[in-house]
Amino acid sequence: MKGLLAKKLGMTQLFNPDGTTTAVTVLEAGPCHVLGLRTAEKDGYAAARIAFDVVAERKLSKGELGEFKKAKLEPHRHVVEIRGYDGLEAGQELKAEIFAAGEIVDVTSHSKGKGFQGLIKRHKFSRGPESHGSMNVRQPGAIGSTDSARVFKGLKMSGQMGNVRTTARAYKVVRVDAERNLLLLKGGVPGARGALVLVRQSTKPVKVKGPAGKPTGRKV
Amino acid sequence: MNVIQQLEKEQQKDKVPALRAGDTVRVHAKVVEGTRERIQVFEGTVIRVTGGGLRQNFTVRRVTHGVGVERTFMIHSPRIDKIDVLRHGDVRQGRLYYLRGKVGKEARIRERRRLVREDEPQEEAAGAAEETSQPTE
Repeated sequence: MKGLLAKKLGMTQLFNPDGTTTAVTVLEAGPCHVLGLRTAEKDGYAAARIAFDVVAERKLSKGELGEFKKAKLEPHRHVVEIRGYDGLEAGQELKAEIFAAGEIVDVTSHSKGKGFQGLIKRHKFSRGPESHGSMNVRQPGAIGSTDSARVFKGLKMSGQMGNVRTTARAYKVVRVDAERNLLLLKGGVPGARGALVLVRQSTKPVKVKGPAGKPTGRKV
Repeated sequence: MNVIQQLEKEQQKDKVPALRAGDTVRVHAKVVEGTRERIQVFEGTVIRVTGGGLRQNFTVRRVTHGVGVERTFMIHSPRIDKIDVLRHGDVRQGRLYYLRGKVGKEARIRERRRLVREDEPQEEAAGAAEETSQPTE
């Protein structure tokens, strides 16, 4: 499964030839470097270690630095492993060209933090009546039965919303700009501008078209 | 200039008229009829101009056969061939929604008597305004 690390630059729109517009997220795709490979014989699983964003030597610990020295690479800020990424050699450079326009990708990133939020915003609960003496406007209602005599784990309640690692699936690559090393994906990607984003080939299966020409699947 | 501004600049047309509410314009829009493409002309009064930069759009109103028709165009859209400004109107509002309730003589707009500068300086003024209005991009 191919992939790389990127930086979210922001959003804009592109005009289509028919005059409609497409909202796109602009990602600065790498350049990433292959730091090393994990092999099934040695490590028990196959993966590629990908490094992104060159930093000064003093920013890293000696342990981290050692790995870069061994791979004869400059120190990088971020390192991730991508499982099952074949056909790579250590030291190789990864840029936007590994993807082509029209491909489907998954995007992993930290979403924007929303702070401590109530149930209505966080879990899309409905509110109660606001008048006629109602005291139940943005309250949770019942959170369990007398019978169970406890509150079950994982019950939807108020709390921290956002700022979690999340994967959003099936983005279409609208354009690959090799010159400026940009990836343009259709729609919004989780995370703030400047966020670190992991872009991988999509694992979401493409549904086949239904009978009698009725398209049931995603438009690819 | 950052990458997003560059991407937007690439899509913008080099020369677009600086439109204002009250102007009378003739819009040459490309339409596809069956298999062939032709240019359709829509003439009327600009009743609003919204957005800036790449996203700038405007709404043109005209009354045909007693029916009011309003069309909104993206100023940088590839489907727009040409925009002719026929007249600059003298209006006080930025959005001329009041024209919807008026017909005939009441819906007239006086021509702007104040000096209208030629396209070139207006162009720059519009461009500068667009840049300042979107610093977050």
